[in-house]
Amino acid sequence: MKSLRFLWPLALLAAVLILFTVGLGLNPREVPSPLIGKPAPAFSLPRLDDPTQQVSHADMLGKVWMLNVWASWCAPCREEHPLVIDIARRQLVPVYGLNYKDQATAANGWLKQLGNPYRANLVDADGRVGIDFGVYGVPETFIIDRDGIVRLKHTGALTPAVVRDKIEPLLKALNAAG
Amino acid sequence: MARPATNLLLALIFFSFLCLIASFVRNDFSVMNVASNSNSALPLMYRVAASWGSHEGSLMLWLLMQSGWAWAVATFSRRLPLPMLARTLAVMGLLTLSFLLFVLLTSNPFDRLLPVPLDGRDLNPQLQDPGMIFHPPMLYMGYVGFSVAFALAVAALIGGNLDTQWARWMRPWTTVAWAFLTFGIALGSWWAYYELGWGGWWFWDAVENASFMPWLVGTALIHSLAVTEKRGSFKSWTVLLAIMAYSLSLLGTFLVRSGVITSVHSFASDPTRGLFILVMLAITVGAALTLYAWRAPSVGLGTRFAMMSRETMLLANNVLLIVATAAVMLGTLYPLILDAFGLGKISVGAPYFDAVFAPIMAVLVFFMGVGPLSRWKQDEVPALARRMRWAAGVTVVCAALTAWVGGSMGFMSVVGLLMAFWIVTTVAAELWEKLRPVGGVRANILYRLGQLSRAHVGMMVAHVGVAVFVFGVTMVGTYDIERDVKMAPGDSTTVNGYTFTYVGVQPTTGPNYQAMRGHLTVTRDGAAVTDLYPEKRVYRVQRSPMTEAAIYSRVRGDLYVQMGEVIEGDTWLVRIWVKPFVAWIWFGSLMMGLGGMLAVSDKRYRQRVRETAVQPGTAAASVR
Amino acid sequence: MPQAELAGPTSSRSRLGRTFFWFCALAIVLAVSLPTISLAREAAPASADPVLEDRLMRISSELRCLVCQNETIAASSADLAVDLRNQVREMLRAGKSDAEVYQYMTARYGDFVLYRPPVKPATWVLWYGPAVLLVVGLVTLWWLLRRRNRMAADQFDAEDSALPEPHNNNGPGQRQGPTR
Repeated sequence: MKSLRFLWPLALLAAVLILFTVGLGLNPREVPSPLIGKPAPAFSLPRLDDPTQQVSHADMLGKVWMLNVWASWCAPCREEHPLVIDIARRQLVPVYGLNYKDQATAANGWLKQLGNPYRANLVDADGRVGIDFGVYGVPETFIIDRDGIVRLKHTGALTPAVVRDKIEPLLKALNAAG
Repeated sequence: MARPATNLLLALIFFSFLCLIASFVRNDFSVMNVASNSNSALPLMYRVAASWGSHEGSLMLWLLMQSGWAWAVATFSRRLPLPMLARTLAVMGLLTLSFLLFVLLTSNPFDRLLPVPLDGRDLNPQLQDPGMIFHPPMLYMGYVGFSVAFALAVAALIGGNLDTQWARWMRPWTTVAWAFLTFGIALGSWWAYYELGWGGWWFWDAVENASFMPWLVGTALIHSLAVTEKRGSFKSWTVLLAIMAYSLSLLGTFLVRSGVITSVHSFASDPTRGLFILVMLAITVGAALTLYAWRAPSVGLGTRFAMMSRETMLLANNVLLIVATAAVMLGTLYPLILDAFGLGKISVGAPYFDAVFAPIMAVLVFFMGVGPLSRWKQDEVPALARRMRWAAGVTVVCAALTAWVGGSMGFMSVVGLLMAFWIVTTVAAELWEKLRPVGGVRANILYRLGQLSRAHVGMMVAHVGVAVFVFGVTMVGTYDIERDVKMAPGDSTTVNGYTFTYVGVQPTTGPNYQAMRGHLTVTRDGAAVTDLYPEKRVYRVQRSPMTEAAIYSRVRGDLYVQMGEVIEGDTWLVRIWVKPFVAWIWFGSLMMGLGGMLAVSDKRYRQRVRETAVQPGTAAASVR
Repeated sequence: MPQAELAGPTSSRSRLGRTFFWFCALAIVLAVSLPTISLAREAAPASADPVLEDRLMRISSELRCLVCQNETIAASSADLAVDLRNQVREMLRAGKSDAEVYQYMTARYGDFVLYRPPVKPATWVLWYGPAVLLVVGLVTLWWLLRRRNRMAADQFDAEDSALPEPHNNNGPGQRQGPTR
């Protein structure tokens, strides 16, 4: 019995090793969004194709929609763009773009070159709306439901696996919920 | 057998390391490591330093240190009984083997890159600095040096003989490793101060903490060894500390290279490497701790000492240092713990560590003062209190005076001052006790001073070093002034009595960078003080902008100037800091390390004949 | 005074005198005013409100830059850090308190953005752990020592098995003989 108390360092080691083994599978840079389950922030931004027209958060109520944050200076955005186009083509969900801290000419040129899957592109020139959404890098993608509640946030480029395993099931559930 | 094998291992690893350095010096870009971390325009000394600037290269440095320390043990331990020496060298050999496997299987620095690129991607500009040349080697000397203590502990556990003799052997090795680690950490801190351009010197970054934890445990170990050597008591605790110190070095290696924790310092992370180190940790530390659990119950109690005695003070020191280590570890790993349990992601940064660490240190410093004034084996509280009262009085007076002269001090700053003065006054009090004439025997003070052992002087120097350090931290934390101004040529601003006049900027070129070099003259009461030349550099290959702050350093404080950004034409945003007593931080650390080195050069470690004569008898008597 | 004297043509000498007079006057005026012209201007502070800037720096040094490798938004030069600093500056100008700024940031980025972790049940161990550990450690030490001292003398090593010190570093007051 007396000798059992000398095992505590080993127990501590075991705990630390288990922690690290689990840790190897985690990503310390990934920041979960506190907005999930909360209303999307209010916004009113000009459209990229027609700056005189404004789109606001109120306009988006009543439908499930996807907000894709992108910029012409962002390299990973190029990589995920075919997927976004595909999502729009398959009419999974209406896709709206948030053109983050970009120039109109560059943005338009980028869309012309790579294709425009967006119902509308909202221009966030100074990044303020981005901050409200908790954007800290591009690209990022949000799914917002009919009541304007944020349901999903994905940081980084979309991948087929993410679309298949996370987005599609979520869309199915949200659309079914009426 | 063990000695020649150890020597051969060092020779081979050293040769290998030389090959790597040669590849860097010769700009052999067919070696992937050279291509990723060097460039033909890179000055020679940085090409050499770049050989340990990457993950793979730094492991080669680790291997060199590991085999180097083993060689040192083999060469300088003539007094160690052969079985003990053999086991120690064997353990160190195994440690070297595990790192060799790591390098060969996952991190080969000699991997080829074909087709051979025309030039390399250059060393990170922040590493192109003299401080960076010495910081990793010093640090690794310390980290890896603790493996000697580890090996001695494991060898003793295997052999089953934990006696005071063993503690005496371990002490100098541990102290030297600790001193190097002190120098390494201090260098890193100083480098961050002058290189990163923000005047900060410690960020509680995960990798900094990873180097600090072995240091804290190493400090505890040095003090615990004092008790074990003196009284033969708390042996199993000392063994545990010896195992812990090196384990924390390994832990640090894991944190830096696995990507489990984000840090400015981390090498490019790779989970496979992380897994390997984890396995290495599990086997190395697991085996040592299993041995500990097996042998510790049968270790003897040593000799008696009273509840109030220097031994108790030293053990209190241990408790505080271990709690401090635990606090740092908790803070560093907590984000990972919460994430692993799915409880969300948080950050734990300087505000936490400062809040938690400082109070623990304050209590520790109190014991630092009481310890040397207390008697070995048995002391009385009233007598001890009497010895301390002068020191306590002077402390309060000096702290009050300093606070009054400096003005507007917060609570923690006052605590800092009290801490610093407490250490100095108690060291002085102890010195006085030893030097004052004792009834009848009027021996002269200088003679008594000369009689003080180096170990004792070393301890005093190291402790005063802590006081100097705390003073620097307190003063710069309280009285640091920053001023951001827009400056056109001819403009001036006055900060704390110093007038900074902006002369202008000039473009300039370095061996592998282009820069805008500002010029400011500094005067005080009309008299010229110095000229400062801060730079804003752009390194050609990596194209990353970097600020080189201009620093004028004096005992009283530093003047620190940084070029911000250009506002228009010749007008720049200039940041000026006046940092009182900031250099005391590193000077204090230097004193700590030097104190350690001084203590190791004590005569007792150089006595050979008497030791070998005493050995067989005591070894037989102490075997359990 | 007869007007004719004044109306007469000026002699060359008096013309020279007058020129010289004006020249001196100009020289004196310039000599007096030039130092004033070249006197160094007091540099303008980088921001209109240094007190606000200090507060900004203090708050930003507790906020994490999410795109950096462990840096505060005060120290980082990343775009997001600059944007967030500007945001904080605006909020401070609008009269918001420190707490409101932190609340704003955590509402958008979560607790991850705070370098001072919030005190909530999940972080109780973090914040109170070290203090608890300190108390437990010191109490354990005291208890261990007391138990040790209660043990019979035969449990301990013999006094002289402890090696004699070559140097008597016995602490104050013990100068009488080497044995302890």
